[in-house]
Amino acid sequence: MADLSLARVADPEAAAAGRRFLAGRIAIYGILGVFALIYLAPLVVVVLNSFREQPEIARNGLINLPRSFTLEAWSSAWGSYCIGGTCEGMKRNFLNSLAMTIPATIISTLLGALNGYVLSKWRFRGSEALFTLMLLGVFMPGQIALMPWAFVLGKLGLTNSTYGLVLVHVIQGISFTTLFCRNYYVSIPDDLIKAARIDGAGFWRIFRKIVLPLSPPILIVTVIWQFTGIWNEYLFGVVFTSGREQPITAALVALTAGGTTARTYDVMSAAVLIGALPPLLVYFFGGKYFVRGLTQGAIK
Amino acid sequence: MTIAMVDGEGVSFRQRAGRWWPVVVLAPSLLASFVYVVVFTLWTLYISLSNSGLLPSYGFVGLENYASLWANRRWNIAYNNLFFFSAFYILGSMAVGLLLAILIDQRVKGEALWRTIFLYPLAVSFIVTGTVWSWLYNPADGVQMLVRSLGWESFSFALASDRNTAIYAVIITGIWQSSGFAMALFLAGLRSVDPDLVKAAQIDGASAFRTYRKVILPTIAPIFLAVAVVQIQFAIKTFDLVAALTRGGPGVSTTFPAIYVYDLMFQRGQIGEGAAAAMMMLAALAVVLVPYSFFVVWRRRRESRHG
Repeated sequence: MADLSLARVADPEAAAAGRRFLAGRIAIYGILGVFALIYLAPLVVVVLNSFREQPEIARNGLINLPRSFTLEAWSSAWGSYCIGGTCEGMKRNFLNSLAMTIPATIISTLLGALNGYVLSKWRFRGSEALFTLMLLGVFMPGQIALMPWAFVLGKLGLTNSTYGLVLVHVIQGISFTTLFCRNYYVSIPDDLIKAARIDGAGFWRIFRKIVLPLSPPILIVTVIWQFTGIWNEYLFGVVFTSGREQPITAALVALTAGGTTARTYDVMSAAVLIGALPPLLVYFFGGKYFVRGLTQGAIK
Repeated sequence: MTIAMVDGEGVSFRQRAGRWWPVVVLAPSLLASFVYVVVFTLWTLYISLSNSGLLPSYGFVGLENYASLWANRRWNIAYNNLFFFSAFYILGSMAVGLLLAILIDQRVKGEALWRTIFLYPLAVSFIVTGTVWSWLYNPADGVQMLVRSLGWESFSFALASDRNTAIYAVIITGIWQSSGFAMALFLAGLRSVDPDLVKAAQIDGASAFRTYRKVILPTIAPIFLAVAVVQIQFAIKTFDLVAALTRGGPGVSTTFPAIYVYDLMFQRGQIGEGAAAAMMMLAALAVVLVPYSFFVVWRRRRESRHG
């Protein structure tokens, strides 16, 4: 916007404009820099502390340059730190979270793609109303569903189990994935589908040959959204599972809440990073596509 | 536009079977959504009208649970906190997000890097964010300790440990977490504005500020709505953030309905009253949700009318 840099001609007006431009640039980078510092500081603090020795943290303070280096905290947080009586670290909870997140993400994404396909390209009388009903699931606060879920999971024998959480997350996630995919598929020209139908292609063939090949952008968004959302979820995890069956978010709270003893920032930092790493990795590799796809699909 | 079904005599079996696929495919998800949205809500509504204590039971007691809920001071604080938090959190995230988006839109160098920095908090959980920020807010270990150790002995930064300011600690942390998301959406919106429109404004001699206010921002108005709706999603999740950051304290100063529901249902064995509290959360949401869904339906109608 501001860079109408016509400062090639050496007249005073242009020189003034050039100075204004430079001042503007400095302000822009200055403000961005300050915000970047605020955004990065917590991450830097945690990463540094996860490699420091606890006595050194206690001596020099949590926010300080490291003067020691050890991998002790990581191995302790991963495999041997005591959370509420059991001394197995976060490993088990980490694997629980993986076992919960991966299937729930895949299933809900597949269902969302199919639902979105139907609701955009095979509309029938009343399908819009049904879509609105599914959309409401996006807004449902988890608290409303807690007691019914507890009952249903109990009846199915899925209390305190990762499978139970998979079920909960799939059903909760369908509304999001359907919304994303439906809004994206709407932009596929109907003529394309019509032509395929005239050529004799049916429901599944059109999905496989036309819709699916056009889907990667929205599927990436949906997978990232679901993966990070389910991995990071806490309420259902803490309510429906306990102890060794808990996902990592619940275990993290149990670990950092660990009451009266002096805070072991080294181990807690490593544990926090273990809990944050998978969604961060997903985001770093897919973030670019996420933003691009989100604006094509989710925001309509 | 709906595709007209191919009707007529020589329709093969495959085509006739094919007609049912859309319904067959949609049915399981629909059923699940119906149970989840309608049945579960009515179920919880019923529990909220029952005398359920430690276990659900179905003796009807009318609005008793609601009465005792609203008679409780802690609940009133929690409900007020939800609105106070949501308002500042949503406006704050939008303001910061819009500022960052506009700055990045000035053809800055290293755009991808800036974007990554501002967006990464979105990937981590409120649990992680809350935990780490609780350390930074902790006067004995965090920012206050750092500044004091640098020589400013009287420096005070104890937002989260003062009952009058703890809610701001929650708000600031929430904004930190999600303003990057607002930025990403705003940035995409800014990029979608017709460049000719902007050029025309500049030729008319409008300043950069005026161009934004009068031309660019009005054209991306729908994005504001989208951001707000998504942020409300996050605001409802205050359970995670507060559970990790302040655990509702100090005292009851940062109690939220989400925390309160959990306490009633699973700590204090008052399931009926907990369900009533959950219904009140839904009511708070409905204030936003109902007009929005009408808007969505209206817009979709218009969209399909215009093809």
